[in-house]
Amino acid sequence: MSLLLIAEHDNSKLKVFTLNAINAASKIDGDIHVLVAGSGCENVAKEVAAVPLVKKVLFCDSPNYKNYLPENLAPLVTKISEKYDQIVASANTFGKNFMPRVAAALDVSQVSDVTKINSADTFVRPIYAGNAFATVKSNDKKKCITIRPTSFDPAPKTGGSAQVEKIEAVAVSNNSKFIKREETKSERPELGTARVVISGGRGMESADNFKLITAIADKLNAAVGASRAAVDAGYISNDHQVGQTGKVVVPDLYIAVGISGAIQHLAGMKESKIIVAINKDGEAPIFSIADYGLEADLFKALPEFLTELNKLNTIQK
Amino acid sequence: MKILVAVKRVIDYNVQIRVKEDGSGVHTDNVKMSTNPPDDNAIEEAVKLKESGKVKEVVAITIGEEKAQETVRKALAVGADRGIHVKADTYIEPLGIAKILKKVVEKEKPDMVFLGKQAIDDDCNQTGQMLAAMLNWPQGTFTSKVNLKDKTMEIVREIDEGLETIEINLPAIVTCDLRLNEPRYAALPNIMKAKKKPMEQMVAKDLGIDLTNRIQQLKVEEPPKRKGGIKVSSVAELVSKLKNEAKVI
Ligand SMILES: Cc1cc2nc3c(=O)[nH]c(=O)nc-3n(C[C@H](O)[C@H](O)[C@H](O)COP(=O)(O)OP(=O)(O)OC[C@H]3O[C@@H](n4cnc5c(N)ncnc54)[C@H](O)[C@@H]3O)c2cc1C
Ligand SMILES: Nc1ncnc2c1ncn2[C@@H]1O[C@H](COP(=O)(O)O)[C@@H](O)[C@H]1O
Repeated sequence: MSLLLIAEHDNSKLKVFTLNAINAASKIDGDIHVLVAGSGCENVAKEVAAVPLVKKVLFCDSPNYKNYLPENLAPLVTKISEKYDQIVASANTFGKNFMPRVAAALDVSQVSDVTKINSADTFVRPIYAGNAFATVKSNDKKKCITIRPTSFDPAPKTGGSAQVEKIEAVAVSNNSKFIKREETKSERPELGTARVVISGGRGMESADNFKLITAIADKLNAAVGASRAAVDAGYISNDHQVGQTGKVVVPDLYIAVGISGAIQHLAGMKESKIIVAINKDGEAPIFSIADYGLEADLFKALPEFLTELNKLNTIQK
Repeated sequence: MKILVAVKRVIDYNVQIRVKEDGSGVHTDNVKMSTNPPDDNAIEEAVKLKESGKVKEVVAITIGEEKAQETVRKALAVGADRGIHVKADTYIEPLGIAKILKKVVEKEKPDMVFLGKQAIDDDCNQTGQMLAAMLNWPQGTFTSKVNLKDKTMEIVREIDEGLETIEINLPAIVTCDLRLNEPRYAALPNIMKAKKKPMEQMVAKDLGIDLTNRIQQLKVEEPPKRKGGIKVSSVAELVSKLKNEAKVI
């Protein structure tokens, strides 16, 4: 058995979710080879080579792959896939974008968003926004799977020394063009991997009021999340959305503020270890899954919360 | 120009689904069904482009049982011109759906195909991308803004890091996010008029495509239930519990 995993990176650094996918892939018996395709991304290839679970790095350096356009990346992956039994990527906007193109080109039915690997052909995945879990068996000879990163721990990063093999780029069709990427820059931890997440919903009432959330996030070294309603209302940008159509988070502590707890939101956070809900409506569904519920007006509770946190002499980082 | 829009009939997003006791799936009897939510955005965008004069015809297509036609009727009621129903009595996975759509695209020759970014029942997020690969067309996935030009379209896509703008040549595939637009409601007279709009019928298994599902569903289970927690009476109590009981801060 041999596995091909496609690394996600920004041409200078590996994205952590690749490590989660590598760890997941290691549950399947077989050598893990990782494709690093990008432009000027030699450092990423080195980083991947140091991951002990990786047997070999396939390194393709070409302007064609600079912006990971799926029209360019998928044909490369498809070509390399000839020699592999399993093609693996993260189930985030990176993997979701190109992997189905690879699967279709290989005439394979993709298994999306795998949360558990039972064997080389049997996987568990959420359906209906995580209100049910399906155990599925893939009868395709080759498998294309995407891994829900937060369901697996990241693989250790150092200690390995995999061989790096350079490979050729393939021709591209030039039918799509990258224009720009607007990334939300923040000093705070990333939403997907943060130990603590504090999210605001429609109850926040304005973008300005999110200051109440960010002040606490800074104190707790937390990432900031949001409900779809808060993003739709323009209180905060889309990359903060947690839920069925946003990000999945599994922090040690999730604090939901002014969020009612629609199933689509719960889909993205209900696996969190400890859930806190702050909501003025005692009947809000979020309370049914919260370990600690505080029925209160958030405009009063959040400043108090900050004051109480300031009183603590230590806060876990 | 012409747009083909794929609409799927799914359990309504407001329904709390129930897993069948024998693990064979979820209960669907007497359950409210609706159009997959982002597919409504796909229709809305296509209709808006038609109203702007840039697009001549909007064709809505669904694949599924007889009742799936409701989704196409709804699309016709908000402004689609014509419908196609490809009859299939059993579940077809995204790979098969994409193959059916490819057949229809080859016949209809649209300039664009709009789909939802994800079906809220199987949560696969595959069909549009697969269709794009099969046709060798470019794709704009998770789209929250569309700007149609003469031979290209500029797409703003929602990605994990924020937003990305790309320009893709026509013909192209677009998969729509809920933030793309605000779908309109069908007015009663338009619902009546929609009944008279043409709806072409096909049968999936007569299309000459191998539609055997490759993925076998072995069992469906409910997720483990979370134990209900407690209500705290003050912020001070909350902080104390987080510090001393849960030990997370
Ligand atoms: C296909 C589909 C996909 C979706 N995907 C997602 C997704 O990924 N993520 C997501 O979050 N949603 C998603 N949604 C939307 C979801 O259904 C809900 O509409 C949304 O989660 C509601 O957000 P909310 O809880 O912030 O707002 P509301 O439901 O309006 O709740 C606001 C809450 O704030 C409380 N509140 C108001 N003022 C105060 C105050 N002063 N103090 C304390 N509490 C207060 C209220 O009591 C209420 O409970 C999706 C919907 C669809 C159809
Ligand atoms: N049976 C179907 N009929 C029509 N469109 C479909 C069907 N299944 C999937 N689609 C389209 O493909 C999109 C993505 O579905 P999926 O890949 O299953 O998440 C949906 O939002 C629809 O636009």
